[in-house]
Amino acid sequence: MTMEKEHPGSEEIYVCRCEEVTLEEIRTWIDRGYDTVEELKRVLRVGMGPCQGRGCQDILMRELAKKTGKPITEIEPATVRPPAKPIKIGLLAEEDEE
Amino acid sequence: MMEWKNTANVVIIGGGIIGVSTAYYLAQNGMKNIVLIEKGTICGGSTGRCGAGIRAQWGTEMNCRLGIAALDIFEQLDQELGMSVGLNQGGYLLVAYSEKELDTLRKGMELQNSLGIKSRQITLREAREICPGLAADDAVGFFFHGRDGHADPFLTTFAYLEAAKRLGVTCHRHTECTGILVDGGAVRGVETDRGIIHAPIVINCAGAYAQLIARMAGIEIPNWAERHEIMITEPVAPGVCPCMLMSFSGNYYIQQRPHGSIICGMSPAGHPEDYENKTTWQFIEEMSKTLIRLLPRTRGIRIARQWSGMYDMTPDAQPIIGETDVKNFYHSTGYSGHGFMLAPVAGKILAQHITGKKPDIDFSMLDYRRFARGEHIRESNVV
Repeated sequence: MTMEKEHPGSEEIYVCRCEEVTLEEIRTWIDRGYDTVEELKRVLRVGMGPCQGRGCQDILMRELAKKTGKPITEIEPATVRPPAKPIKIGLLAEEDEE
Repeated sequence: MMEWKNTANVVIIGGGIIGVSTAYYLAQNGMKNIVLIEKGTICGGSTGRCGAGIRAQWGTEMNCRLGIAALDIFEQLDQELGMSVGLNQGGYLLVAYSEKELDTLRKGMELQNSLGIKSRQITLREAREICPGLAADDAVGFFFHGRDGHADPFLTTFAYLEAAKRLGVTCHRHTECTGILVDGGAVRGVETDRGIIHAPIVINCAGAYAQLIARMAGIEIPNWAERHEIMITEPVAPGVCPCMLMSFSGNYYIQQRPHGSIICGMSPAGHPEDYENKTTWQFIEEMSKTLIRLLPRTRGIRIARQWSGMYDMTPDAQPIIGETDVKNFYHSTGYSGHGFMLAPVAGKILAQHITGKKPDIDFSMLDYRRFARGEHIRESNVV
């Protein structure tokens, strides 16, 4: 689906740097009714990179609050998934080796 | 928020891939006034948590027929739905570790070949050409089907949803089914936490929750939730595991997504039967050991995330599709961990049946009463 330039200027602003998601894409999908963090995450992969949304989730929630008119406290963040920080497979596999 | 109306021609319960594809194909077959209800968000349950694999290498005739028909649809789905579904056909490489398993997989291959699925047995050397660096010296045989592979469950679901909306389907998220209206032996609609919707046809696509929905209409289906765990790495350069590497006895599946991250899973001991999508540290440790054993060069790659999801199991690991003892109350559930890959054909054949057309595949044997009659044959090719 081609992204129309509905939000001039925002196409150059990267909200999620891990997955390279722009503010333009986020605003376009919110307009299409994808107004939860969980759904935006699924359709755009925003917040699904190695940093796990540390950099972008707050910006995403703020944008959702702005566009939906809800206070930010009512915007549900995404589920937090382990590990807290990416871990090398080798390290995990060795943990209980004799 | 979509406009609320208290009547519909069809109500579909469940906003996973099965519900959404069924809605799309019903609309495409001319059905009007279709309402889909979802208690959470679209793709928030098993679909959005699945391993994303799609395959035709099955052990029962019905699963083979559904699998290959689904691949046929997947191959032209971008065009049909007007949005990319992230299809990547790197094949499925099945690994056997015993003579008995080799025999089962060979019989499966013969069945597949008889149904037009071009799977074949390959050597370790060929397996290494497909999956570079594969360390599987303890394996006794390999099977491969090049049209199997991967699609993006999120994008596939949303592509079906957007196409369904364009055809007039109404979708209510954050709307929970709390009751099924039944009168005179026929379904009359649904009760939700936002009000009643009267409808002459109701379809239960609630996945692992389908048994709870069925019970609201007094129907008992042998379907239960089984927790499975899965993890994904950071994206790395392609070529680490281009095919889906899978073993039923070895209890693993591993595949690098086109995006670069490697997704892998295994069944936990005991198959916890609960509705909690819990994760365990034992899983990432065990899975990491399996990864290093099979693909030693993954040692330095980092795990980014782990999660779990529910398989909506049936006793024979084949779906339940069709009408129930309550007239016009249909089921499309019990996909036993394979709902995503079968969804395109599952939605299509049920929609054809409901709109009075001859389904592409006769699915009458997937009637839920087969279990009571003792007519079910267990699918062997399952992790």
